[in-house]
Amino acid sequence: MYSDPNMEASARLVAAAREENAKRNPPRMTAEEKEQLLKTYHPDYREEEFEFLQAGPNKGEKVPKELAALLQGRSRIDPKDIDLSQPDYDTDVLVIGGGGAGASAAIEADQAGAKVLVVTKLRMGDANTMMAEGGIQAADKPNDSPAQHFLDAYGGGHFAAQKDLLAKLVTDAPEAIQWLSSLGVEFDKAPDGTMITTHGGGTSRKRMHAAKDYSGAEIMRTLRDEVINRGITVVDFTAAIELILDDQGRCAGAVLMNMETRELKIARAKTVILATGGAGRLHYQGFPTSNHYGATADGLVLGYRAGAKLLYPDTLQYHPTGAAFPAQIFGALVTEKVRSVGAMLINAKGEAFMNPLETRDVSAAAIIRECSDRGNGVKTPAGYAVWLDTPMIELKHGEGTIEKRIPAMMRMFGKYGIDIRKEPILVYPTLHYQNGGLKITVDGQSTVENLFVAGEAVGGIHGRNRLMGNSLLDIIVFGRNAGQQAAAKAKDVTCGALSLEHVNKFHHMLEEAAVDTGKVSPRLLPTYNSLGKEF
Amino acid sequence: MEQMVNVYLYGKRYSVPASATIMEAMEYAGYTLVRGCGCRNGFCGACATLYRIAGNRELHACLACSTKVEDNMYVATLPFFPLVKAVYDMEKIKPSQQIMMQLYPEIYACVGCNACTKACTQSLNVMQYIAYAQRGEYEKCAEESFDCVMCGVCSSRCPAGISHPQVAMLARRLNGKYLAPICKHLDERVEEIKEGKYEELLKELMAQSPEELRRLYNTREIEA
Repeated sequence: MYSDPNMEASARLVAAAREENAKRNPPRMTAEEKEQLLKTYHPDYREEEFEFLQAGPNKGEKVPKELAALLQGRSRIDPKDIDLSQPDYDTDVLVIGGGGAGASAAIEADQAGAKVLVVTKLRMGDANTMMAEGGIQAADKPNDSPAQHFLDAYGGGHFAAQKDLLAKLVTDAPEAIQWLSSLGVEFDKAPDGTMITTHGGGTSRKRMHAAKDYSGAEIMRTLRDEVINRGITVVDFTAAIELILDDQGRCAGAVLMNMETRELKIARAKTVILATGGAGRLHYQGFPTSNHYGATADGLVLGYRAGAKLLYPDTLQYHPTGAAFPAQIFGALVTEKVRSVGAMLINAKGEAFMNPLETRDVSAAAIIRECSDRGNGVKTPAGYAVWLDTPMIELKHGEGTIEKRIPAMMRMFGKYGIDIRKEPILVYPTLHYQNGGLKITVDGQSTVENLFVAGEAVGGIHGRNRLMGNSLLDIIVFGRNAGQQAAAKAKDVTCGALSLEHVNKFHHMLEEAAVDTGKVSPRLLPTYNSLGKEF
Repeated sequence: MEQMVNVYLYGKRYSVPASATIMEAMEYAGYTLVRGCGCRNGFCGACATLYRIAGNRELHACLACSTKVEDNMYVATLPFFPLVKAVYDMEKIKPSQQIMMQLYPEIYACVGCNACTKACTQSLNVMQYIAYAQRGEYEKCAEESFDCVMCGVCSSRCPAGISHPQVAMLARRLNGKYLAPICKHLDERVEEIKEGKYEELLKELMAQSPEELRRLYNTREIEA
């Protein structure tokens, strides 16, 4: 029962139409329809929200305004104040970031015999990985193949993915699931061991593996446990605030900052893996986000300043179903799995206005259209929203399905008095994923030698839109890959003299281009305190 | 005009919007959180918090990110709790009852007070999952503890010094690795890929012209 009479009246229309809607399978849009819809309604197409970079490796290319300010921001340090002659840490492989990609990389580098140091600005496991709910893709069923997986992801990403990276992603996917299983990750299985798999938006085969709707949390806590069991050195509450190069221009460490005391430390490393994650907390275009507190694009800034090239930094993913009500969970992720298991998107009039399993960009754009030009949105305190008809799940699959398959969603809304088994929920797109990032080759290396990148900080694996379940997959496949490659490379590296000259050069370049964004970067944390005090 | 309530953050009074979560209230008061803030949505366990409402003796535990403030709420956060984490090699341990005895012997000192269950921020039956762990029933322990976010509040209330989240973590890993049914189609597919069975198909696809790739994508058959 929604206390707002307008919402309640609309919810009743949804309930009244539920049986009829449940029988329907709204047609998929044609390629032309999708293209037109995206151009008109997807936030990536709002030109005024982007800016052309005036300095650095991607000069002349457009990025979100908020990101431009940071990429072209000034360093938190002045190189002349930093003594690089006595590193506090000396390691083979330095992993920056303690999420799923960083943990996978650390485990593999350790496995390969390298000395590994993980630094993370919050706790180990504080990452978007922890919040991934729906699942992880892998073509391991008889009717499926890596090629089929490739086709879905390549098309869903608008034919822009780096083909070799995507080929590795889909080919290594089953082994990634096997590896996670061997570490003790619990996947949903039938009694005979068959994986229980579902569709995600844009998949042509049911290849979404899940651990209820805690898929990422289950993976992350297991990886974290494994990192600890292996005795890998983890320095938490410590951010990398600048990369260090050596006299040959190769990446050779990082300047670290204790997040609590602000003390600076120097880490020297033969190879470095950036696994710093996404950017949701930059709130592009004012969108709420489903992302972790620390998702502030730090890795992009660090890499860019050191000379690494970005790919597709202008493409973001807005998850179609962010919670739109109540206010306390505004923008929080409502997993796509809710639609995978049978809920449909319904407008204020009770109409199933689209096929619920279109790709994310298309679904988000369609919801924005419904709530704007079509005037079919439900008025909420924060704006407009559409319904996600959760009771339909149990109408289709029987009582108890919600508690078994999407318990986290039941809990999240239950805390605010909404029983998703009985009432539909209100959703609107939320900033979810950074499709672009640092460009890598198939060995995981960026355009800067000995600087590897893994996870959401990478651009190009998914093209211009990522499918559900391919991100958990990418952090495992490319996290492990980066760990293996960086460990192997470290064997042949002797670091030259450490240098921060690239920071001076970058500052000089900004001055030449007369760019002054007034920002220091990396951002590290969003500004949520009422005093507006930046971290 | 937004309705306001009084909350006491570490004993100091602040007036904050009644609709705020405890975490938002702290930020409204001017805090920049470094510790005690993670996913901000109930998954990571960073923001374990204890509170009392003035005039009521009952102590409550919650996650600050997903609990609304109340008038006269006295709040203390628990951003870190020293859990005991036993170190083990997953390849060498076995899902026997003895392994718990070796790694977490304190679970057998449980006095059955149920303080853990009462304190759980996820409303889990914590004492029950510890009982399953004691008996070596790891599948049940894994299922009962599955929604655990490892915030550590249970352990902060335990007179026996049990680190419940870490016990459950071990049980889930044992269950996932050793007790859950083996997935044959997965193992077979991994073998096939290693043998190169799908390489040709993928290479052929990748070599198609952009137009042909578009056609293949737009006309692909979708499993019902």
